[in-house]
Amino acid sequence: MNKLDIAKSEPLWNTNKNIIYIISFVIIFLIALPLFGLNSFYLHLFIMIFMHAVMAQSWNVIAGFSGQISLGHGAFFGIGAYASSFFFVQYGISPWISIFIGIFFSAIVAVLIGIPMLRLSGHYFAIATLLIGISFQVVFQRWELVGAASGLWVPLTQGDSWSSLQFHSSKAPYYYIFLFFLVITFFVVWLLNRSKIGFRLRAVRDDAQAASSLCISVSNYKIIAFVISAMIMAPMGSLFGQYILIIDPDRMFNIEISIIVLLITVLGGIGNIWGPLIGAAILIPISEYSRIYLGGTGGAVDLIFYGLILMIICIFRPEGLISFVPKNILEREKQR
Amino acid sequence: MTSEIILQAIVTGLMMGYALIAAGLSLIFGLMDIVNFAHGEHLMLSMFSSFWLWSLFGIDPIFSIPITIFLMALCGIATHYFLIRYILKAKMLIQICATFGLSIFIRSIAQLLWTPDFRNVDKPLLEGRLEIASVFIGQPQLIASIVCLVAFIGLYLFVTRTETGLALQATAQDRHAAEILGVPSNKMFAIGWAIGLGCVGVAGGMMSNYFFIFTDVGINFALFAFVAVALGGFGSIIGCLYAGIIIGLVESLGGLLIDPSFKLLYVFAIYLLVVIYRPQGLFGRY
Amino acid sequence: MKILTVENLSRAFGGIKANEDISFEAEKGKVLGVIGPNGAGKSTLFDLITGYTKPDNGKILFENKNIFGLKPDKISSLGVGRTFQKLKPFADQTLLENVMIGAFVKENNIKKARDNALEIIEFVDLIEKRHHFARELSTGQRKRLEMARAMAIKPKLLLMDEVTGGVDQKTIPGLVELIKKMRNLGVTIVTIEHNINIIMEISDSILALDQGKKIAFGSPKEIQNNKKVIDAYLGTVDAA
Repeated sequence: MNKLDIAKSEPLWNTNKNIIYIISFVIIFLIALPLFGLNSFYLHLFIMIFMHAVMAQSWNVIAGFSGQISLGHGAFFGIGAYASSFFFVQYGISPWISIFIGIFFSAIVAVLIGIPMLRLSGHYFAIATLLIGISFQVVFQRWELVGAASGLWVPLTQGDSWSSLQFHSSKAPYYYIFLFFLVITFFVVWLLNRSKIGFRLRAVRDDAQAASSLCISVSNYKIIAFVISAMIMAPMGSLFGQYILIIDPDRMFNIEISIIVLLITVLGGIGNIWGPLIGAAILIPISEYSRIYLGGTGGAVDLIFYGLILMIICIFRPEGLISFVPKNILEREKQR
Repeated sequence: MTSEIILQAIVTGLMMGYALIAAGLSLIFGLMDIVNFAHGEHLMLSMFSSFWLWSLFGIDPIFSIPITIFLMALCGIATHYFLIRYILKAKMLIQICATFGLSIFIRSIAQLLWTPDFRNVDKPLLEGRLEIASVFIGQPQLIASIVCLVAFIGLYLFVTRTETGLALQATAQDRHAAEILGVPSNKMFAIGWAIGLGCVGVAGGMMSNYFFIFTDVGINFALFAFVAVALGGFGSIIGCLYAGIIIGLVESLGGLLIDPSFKLLYVFAIYLLVVIYRPQGLFGRY
Repeated sequence: MKILTVENLSRAFGGIKANEDISFEAEKGKVLGVIGPNGAGKSTLFDLITGYTKPDNGKILFENKNIFGLKPDKISSLGVGRTFQKLKPFADQTLLENVMIGAFVKENNIKKARDNALEIIEFVDLIEKRHHFARELSTGQRKRLEMARAMAIKPKLLLMDEVTGGVDQKTIPGLVELIKKMRNLGVTIVTIEHNINIIMEISDSILALDQGKKIAFGSPKEIQNNKKVIDAYLGTVDAA
């Protein structure tokens, strides 16, 4: 066989087959875990990890896979939360359906925001996203329709209700719902990376000019990335609203959300599908434990940590913690 | 809506010290292509410096300004030495995350040490109002604007007329060429940071006379400064002056004519209009 | 047939007239060489034709279709490929991935796109390096990467900007062979070159620019004896 035929006979992707087994095992483990009697705190911890992993993956799509640095991504979390909760609270539409309303609204907002932002890149883009994130908080704090500063209060059901996506006797259903979304999201992103769209997004990320010489409409793909990213983030806001049962601007449009999704992804490894999961698995426990042990000042100490870790990662290991994982766990040996 | 009220708004707008704050930001960016996302927090530090010097040692803000400037310059050098110099060659994303991380770090340490409570300097030497042609001008604001303007002019002269200033410009334009000619980049960067934050020290020191001082005070100022730099043109010091004035006016008039709680949005609108229709700003290099 | 027609193309940046009133034609299936001293406006010309910069005025017809003012991705989808003088590989991706992105223009299926890309990589003789990251490749290899990537979109017209610039002497004959191979496949090539010998060897016709203006257009023989061209180059016709 000549070299060309050898090359053509190579598998398309060089993912280590064993990874499939590892992932399956982990998923089965996670499904089984609550059955061994996790208490409320640990359920909450896992829920937070799952949720933040998905949120960070949303940021990963826009920043890691398409190169647009957003410092205000929390906005889509809030939009998802408000959109779904509003339709549930006002019109009684089941949360399961209004989650999709939330996704729809954030997709629309992503397009509306994305189009003017197409002209921006780099620092200009980042600053604009910062302004957008804060603007949303300002607007929602004064918008009477959605409760202004007090926000929306989800009517409490008697006991557990799957139709209203509300559970009081145990956090376990929330755990499974978030786990479900986690698996689905990661699967979707995995598919995205292996698709033609994924290749083109990476091209836009690495060199927009070269990409446009290869028939790639940079504008279109930037918007596509924006929309996909928003649609991943929105359900997390919706579900979080159903989890804490109150939706207000301080919780849903907090700049901390934008900060933490960035931090988790950069910590874990930006541009890598596992980065958000690794980052969340490490950062969220730290955050939750510090909340307990440091009590009232827990909030500020959290952020001190975040800032410090972010700076340290940027200086010493910008590729993130994923770079510590030995290559042959994730990838087959490449023919060289 | 009388013309006096509008005039009042204009005067108030003209006196915001955004230009000087933006100038510091622009200087740093012009030198090394790094946007200091912690700029607002540095401003906050300078205001607190002024406050603590007054609260603990009884030094009035006017007199403590030199100390504040010195402390901020040190802060600038420290920032460069401990953080910036490691990310000079990194990807833009990492640079942005690094200074963003710094801003979070500074703000939250401040919250831990000093609590988020609002402080203010009680009965500073500089206080009171003047009335000129039925427009009220706060004395501290007026003096602050004058001082900031003087500092701004001083900065401009320094950058364009002194040897160090020209060396800075050379480094800004072409680092390697400048190095070959004997201008050490690292030192220039450190000086840039010292001056950039020194400007912030002047602005913060003066504003502590009449502004509430609290740990989140930097956020809005930082945003306005970013917009000012983009409007004036990244890298242009003169642009900051015009941009600072425009933004002050927009904020003030917008707040008066439309709604004060949406000031941020008006400034944001200006930002969008500028970067979309004139990406290089008024005087920018881009 | 004239695959590319340019008439009175002009573009100024501030006070500098980068391209002034340039007109020429490219014959389908032939090689058009573009020469000129540094700063003559050659790369600007490419930017104008491929849509990266909007001309101030003039006419650009590709296959008799007006492409004035179209965006780069639209122009490339009509069949115009290009390489860049300042190389622009997708640094964090492998050679194969780089070329695949070009291949996706004509092929939606990933496996087929990959195979098409491999064929082109073989064509430029880099098949052993297919899994190397673009940033690991040498300059000459990167030049070939750009050519392969541009070829992958199966262009009818390929604009190449200084492919032999900054490359070892011994690599040059290989690159020249590559250009001839591409021409033999029916691709019309317009290539900016500094190396006069190469230009003379591969070009069917030559366009000479100086200070933004066209100073000569004709066959290699005509250009060789053109006084204006010789003056512009200060008589360095036998530069190595």
